[in-house]
Amino acid sequence: MPIAKVNGIEVEFEPGMTVLQVAELAGEEIPRFCYHERLSIAGNCRMCLVEVKPGPPKPQASCALPAADKQEIFTNSPMVKKAREGVMEFLLVNHPLDCPICDQGGECDLQDEAMGYGRAGSRFDENKRAVDEKFMGPLIKTTMTRCIQCTRCVRFATEVAGVSELGLLNRGEDAEISTYLEGAVTSELSGNLVDLCPVGALTSKPYAFNARPWELTKTETVDVMDGLGASIRVDARGPAVLRVLPRTNDEINEEWISDKTRHAVDGLARQRLDQPYVKIDGKLRPASWGQAFAAIAARVKATTPDRMGLIAGDLQDAESMKAAMDLFRSLGVASIDCRQDGSVLGTGPRESWLFNSTIAGIDEADAIMLIGANPRLEAPVLNARIRRRWLTGKLLTGVIGEAADLTYRYNHLGTSPEAIRQFVAHGPISKEKPMFIIGQGALNRPDSAAVLQMLGAAAKSMGVVREGWNGFNVLHTAASRVGGLDMGFVPAAGGRNTHAMLAAAEAGELDVLYLLGADEIDTSRLGKAFVIYQGTHGDAGAQAADVILPGAAYTEKPGIYVNTEGRTQIANRAVFPKGDAKEDWSIFRALSEDLGHRLPYDSLEALRRRLIQDHPTFGQVDHAPGHVSAGTFDVGAIGTAGEVADTPFRSPVTDFHLTNPIARASVTMAECARSLKAARGLLAAE
Amino acid sequence: MSVRRLSAQQPDSFAFSDETLEKARWWMTKYPPERKASAVIPILWLVQKQEGWVSEPAIRAIGELLGMPKIRVLEVATFYTMFQLEPVGSAALIQVCGTTPCMLRGSEALMELCRSEIGPKDKLSADGKFTWQEVECLGACANAPMAQINDYYYEDLTPDSLKAIIEAFRAGETPKAGSAIGRHSSEPAEGALTLTDPSLYDGSRAVPITSLPNAREPAV
Ligand code: SF4
Ligand code: FES
Ligand code: FES
Repeated sequence: MPIAKVNGIEVEFEPGMTVLQVAELAGEEIPRFCYHERLSIAGNCRMCLVEVKPGPPKPQASCALPAADKQEIFTNSPMVKKAREGVMEFLLVNHPLDCPICDQGGECDLQDEAMGYGRAGSRFDENKRAVDEKFMGPLIKTTMTRCIQCTRCVRFATEVAGVSELGLLNRGEDAEISTYLEGAVTSELSGNLVDLCPVGALTSKPYAFNARPWELTKTETVDVMDGLGASIRVDARGPAVLRVLPRTNDEINEEWISDKTRHAVDGLARQRLDQPYVKIDGKLRPASWGQAFAAIAARVKATTPDRMGLIAGDLQDAESMKAAMDLFRSLGVASIDCRQDGSVLGTGPRESWLFNSTIAGIDEADAIMLIGANPRLEAPVLNARIRRRWLTGKLLTGVIGEAADLTYRYNHLGTSPEAIRQFVAHGPISKEKPMFIIGQGALNRPDSAAVLQMLGAAAKSMGVVREGWNGFNVLHTAASRVGGLDMGFVPAAGGRNTHAMLAAAEAGELDVLYLLGADEIDTSRLGKAFVIYQGTHGDAGAQAADVILPGAAYTEKPGIYVNTEGRTQIANRAVFPKGDAKEDWSIFRALSEDLGHRLPYDSLEALRRRLIQDHPTFGQVDHAPGHVSAGTFDVGAIGTAGEVADTPFRSPVTDFHLTNPIARASVTMAECARSLKAARGLLAAE
Repeated sequence: MSVRRLSAQQPDSFAFSDETLEKARWWMTKYPPERKASAVIPILWLVQKQEGWVSEPAIRAIGELLGMPKIRVLEVATFYTMFQLEPVGSAALIQVCGTTPCMLRGSEALMELCRSEIGPKDKLSADGKFTWQEVECLGACANAPMAQINDYYYEDLTPDSLKAIIEAFRAGETPKAGSAIGRHSSEPAEGALTLTDPSLYDGSRAVPITSLPNAREPAV
């Protein structure tokens, strides 16, 4: 490996690294604005100047300069100091001194670097330039006078988000960033532009003037808006969650999050259930916990276990599902289901419901077939990874399902299960790391067991699962789903699944239905069943309920979530539950006393111990199993043979911004959905 | 120079004329198919030839033709000042050079004339026939002061000669381009002092050539 000297200290580096990267290897910090390790190199801010020997006797932009063997790099010489001061002075010539009224204040690269590398004063007496504000949609607030033309935003939109909507217009002093005719950015990842902007030119519109970074309590936790379980940081002040930011996690979300993850949090303060309610004479009335439990106990004791059911929703933590499941099992109830969308997964080996090649595995895949999935809407961050792989030119992409705009090109192989048939006896394909990504759109149909069987057969025939590689991947949309399936939160022998429970309720064969955060079911089919809704928001489930028990949202309780890869992650509490609401597991613990079947755990720790004891995979925190079991996983044996219908696959996510009760309560998400519709309408009219 | 924006008045649509389209396709064939976006500058130019200026619908149409995002076309169109983003005078677009040599030789007086004859800089005249602009050096400094009017250079101007030129355009004529004082090219005003040997010009000293540099087929 080549060796360079950084400030006299030798470092070995990999060929192809830039001078900036080599200096970082040596532990030197190089100031920068335009360079970002996940974007292409622009080399236009000049903040990263260093002195390099051999070479011309002038400072060099280290971000764009390839390092060479025997090079001497200086990051602290007088020349470098002077160069940095000069660049800083130039940058500040046209930058307003409006830090006191700028939302970026306190977390601004320009502020920090001006402190660290700039001169104390300015020699500039002339007028500063001013730039018109630009409209960029409901999430991004612009103050373009602050822009330093680093073009990070343009590169992110074009390269990562895959929507070429931002550009640098005009030139020289008049250069300005804008979208085409100031349209809203239509990416599901647009919030990341705000993070990337090193100054206060792009700031978060919903969060505008809300808080200063140093006032916030920062909690590192896990996102639940989709099946990925992105690493996030929740910033709260007092009881209010003010914003969500991404944490870097190369295995899952790198450093991006979707707009829903970031901006649905205002929904945490709206339409909240903050005390129990009991329906009396057809009207929901505030009640105490005791009254609510008594009402439930009376109905439960008046019926038999075969006339009761339990459905868990998409945002539930594993602990609450475990407690609910244990309680209902102990009551003898067989009808429990965590698949409110009617998915068929959950029987068979664990690999049959995981994203086995792992999310990072996409970076190695050389062929991806998407079946009944629209990853752009179901998991935007994962979609960006597919796009990046596709951009390398080493990825063959195919889609069976809707022909949506996924930000990359693909072969459209068909829309319905029939299109899978050609692959059932396809024979091994000449690819090293082929991948199936199966969306919920393929798994929640009446014929999905047969679809799954066909997919398994096709995967087997094509060699998607092989020693050292497991390309059989299920893309979940619900944060709770894999955890639920892992613990067996599915109907026991003789029990009803979600569809059957709804049908039974409609037919008057179900007396008690417990909805644990389940809002995506057709509540018009609940018939005369006594409905208990435990959850956070006054959404569909609560509207239909006879008793409402207020639970805690994902930011308000510690909880375990298992992402689509089967990675167990632990979320932390950022704020306390609203009003009288309680952590969900403890509600079941309390209710279990009233029902005379006391749950055997008194603390979250005891519950977790029990969970891990019963289902050991929950003990492997932050670990995705990946391909280790590829040798023993018989992908050809999953699903059940049967007829498939010729109806097209449809993604369960049609309104990206409105997929769960928190997002539906969010004003920001409603605004985004409206703006997107308007943009689409405009496109259609063109 | 100042910030250039798309005109507030935009036509409803834009269509390439057959001729423009044919030429545009010719330019596109100069690049590999996946790089056809490289033809954006010549095509913007062709569109400007066709319409006199570059409208928003035209930018969209070019993006579609070249398979490139419209914002990328807009970036190019706003970057190069030679692309007119507002409608220009139907009779003449007058671009007066204001750079040092021309300025020293009186371009300010020319611009003053334009202001009184046509109106404010960069604006369409009231009758819609003229637009005048100040531009940087057009490379004809030896014949300063000068102006480019439509496709041609008008050189050695004085306010009087420029006024006559404007009058002619206004009357629908196209006055003769080149030096207003009748000098040939940029030779001295009193006539050439060097390179006066007639054999330089009658072809007698030319070496016959058999092939053109970079030609595909040898010229016969
Ligand atoms: S808006 Fe921000 S990210 Fe975009 S170019 Fe300006 S400073 Fe850079
Ligand atoms: S970081 Fe190197 S030029 Fe901007
Ligand atoms: S300065 Fe006017 S043409 Fe060069």
